[in-house]
Amino acid sequence: MPSDAPSDVTAAPQERAGDLVAEHVLEFPGGYTRTTGPVIGRFLTELRDGRIVGVRTADGRTLVPPLEYDPETGEAVTGEFAEVGPAGTVESWSWVGEPRRAHPLDRPFAWALIRLDGADTSLLHAVDAGDARAMRPGLRVRPRWKTERTGHITDIESFVPEVTRIVSPVRSTYRVKPGKALARFLDGVARGVFLGCRCGSCGKVYVPYRLSCPECGVAVTEEVELPDTGTITTFAINNLPDPRAPQVPFVSAYILLDGSDIPMIALVGDIPAHEVRQGMRVRAVWVPEEERTASMSNVKWFAPTGEPDAEL
Amino acid sequence: MRDVAIVAFAQTRHSAVDEGLGESELILPVLDEVRERSGLRTFGFTCSGSCDYLAGAPFSFVSALDALGAWPPISESHVEMDAAWALYEAWVRLQHGDVDTALVYGFGKSSQGELREIMTLQLDPYYLAPLGLDQVSYAALQASASGADRAELDEIVRRSRAAGRDNPYALDLPDPSGDAFEVEPLRPYDIAPLTDGAAAVVLAAGDRARELCERPAWITGIAHRIDPHYLGMRDLARSASAAAAARAAGAGKGHVDVAELHAQFSHEEPILREALELPASTVVNPSGGPLAANPVMATGLIRIGEAARRILDGGASRTVGHAASGPCLQHNLVTVMEA
Repeated sequence: MPSDAPSDVTAAPQERAGDLVAEHVLEFPGGYTRTTGPVIGRFLTELRDGRIVGVRTADGRTLVPPLEYDPETGEAVTGEFAEVGPAGTVESWSWVGEPRRAHPLDRPFAWALIRLDGADTSLLHAVDAGDARAMRPGLRVRPRWKTERTGHITDIESFVPEVTRIVSPVRSTYRVKPGKALARFLDGVARGVFLGCRCGSCGKVYVPYRLSCPECGVAVTEEVELPDTGTITTFAINNLPDPRAPQVPFVSAYILLDGSDIPMIALVGDIPAHEVRQGMRVRAVWVPEEERTASMSNVKWFAPTGEPDAEL
Repeated sequence: MRDVAIVAFAQTRHSAVDEGLGESELILPVLDEVRERSGLRTFGFTCSGSCDYLAGAPFSFVSALDALGAWPPISESHVEMDAAWALYEAWVRLQHGDVDTALVYGFGKSSQGELREIMTLQLDPYYLAPLGLDQVSYAALQASASGADRAELDEIVRRSRAAGRDNPYALDLPDPSGDAFEVEPLRPYDIAPLTDGAAAVVLAAGDRARELCERPAWITGIAHRIDPHYLGMRDLARSASAAAAARAAGAGKGHVDVAELHAQFSHEEPILREALELPASTVVNPSGGPLAANPVMATGLIRIGEAARRILDGGASRTVGHAASGPCLQHNLVTVMEA
């Protein structure tokens, strides 16, 4: 080690000499100047230009990064350089959860041995993968170059995984009319009433109101006004937020309105999600009359009536 | 070859904290101990191993000579390596035939700096050191490449720490616990503890060894080999150089009763066991090994010393001391000793 490396020693006066501690720095200001030689120099020069090259050994292997001597044989390498990569494959990796001061990235990253395409040895560098779960042997990565390159191994800021997925935004807008049957049903909802219909052929009562019986395929003409009470036949607890739901988790349920034969789907509220059960008696909770429109948002949700459960 | 034996070994009671001793103050007690055990005050050759970067002071190993009494001038040398390589140099020096005894010592105070970053300074300055690749990070890369089994690693640490608690010179460390990673896949307890300490060995040749010691630990094989430095140019799952050194030293020519392996990370032990082709009947690191005390630059010498001690005290008849240097077990020295 150099005998002329300067150091700064300062000692704060303390009470007992045995407790004295000096802060000491070993540093070569500005760093050592090192010559690269022709082989490493060529690699770093190409790196500055945004290319990665390897050097060919006498037996035709490509060393990346290049060395002056073949580590297998000790023979001098040939003067032949070959561009490799820039993409490569991760062979093994370790994950740094808490980067240290000298590390190339200030967020969690992987160290990896990367076999660049066309190389016979592996390059050690950082991989900015975001999460350890993104790392695996065989992962394809590419260099992320620094904009200002100087001919230094850190001209590659890090490697990043190849693109294997994209996000496709989809958004189309429509103007939708409800159709005659739904319009009739929503007219009822605007008044605080659920309108259904009875099939003249099979006698089943459907809600919401419709114009044909899906079972018989005949037109339905008899309109039925249904109460806003019913029974939960089945339900689901939803843990993902939904703009139409009041909170997470929320319960959506099939509710068989009294006097109908087909349940309709609605939210259940005013009760912890885990207490909702099949057979529970519920009643619609309507928004105040002055807030009502021709919309299902008139029904805030269904809430338990407190009656004994119904047999299903 | 001239027959050379270890006739005395001593080490400090290693410390996990800086106890405020200067380097020569750390060394003096172990030098006194081996002088007393061997009965020698002067030696034909003296060689030490240390690393100036641990103290951050150029030529700090020269100041450490104060513990020796090096005036009038003595025949003395130093390696900027683990003192196991100082022992190798002393063994070579004794082969010359003109001197019969040698003193070897090593010391290190890891407590004074950031060992993980100090170890970056040993890396190639073009491709590795500028990345800020620290010691635990490259060790974790090797652990990952070797596909180390977590249950096996946990058991290695548990066994090493339990042995360390029974060794008055090693640290008292609890059984491993916790599932946090230092650098994945290594957990904090997979890493040898920061340790200050020193060790010394006396070598003697031929009849001189028989005069000085009732049961010398004869060095019947000693060899070191090295792998390419760059980590992407060798198979990190294996240690080819450790295997080559073991073959050259003849480790497999007889049963190895005890092997002391310089494994500073738990995953290095299975790699070394495989390289040295140690059978299940070989007791590995009964001292606790580096996972129980790691006074850097003395740790490798202590492996040889601990393996020798088993012969000196009659507990074993054939032992192996292993020392490693460089990143990811790059450089390996294997010493075979027999009664």
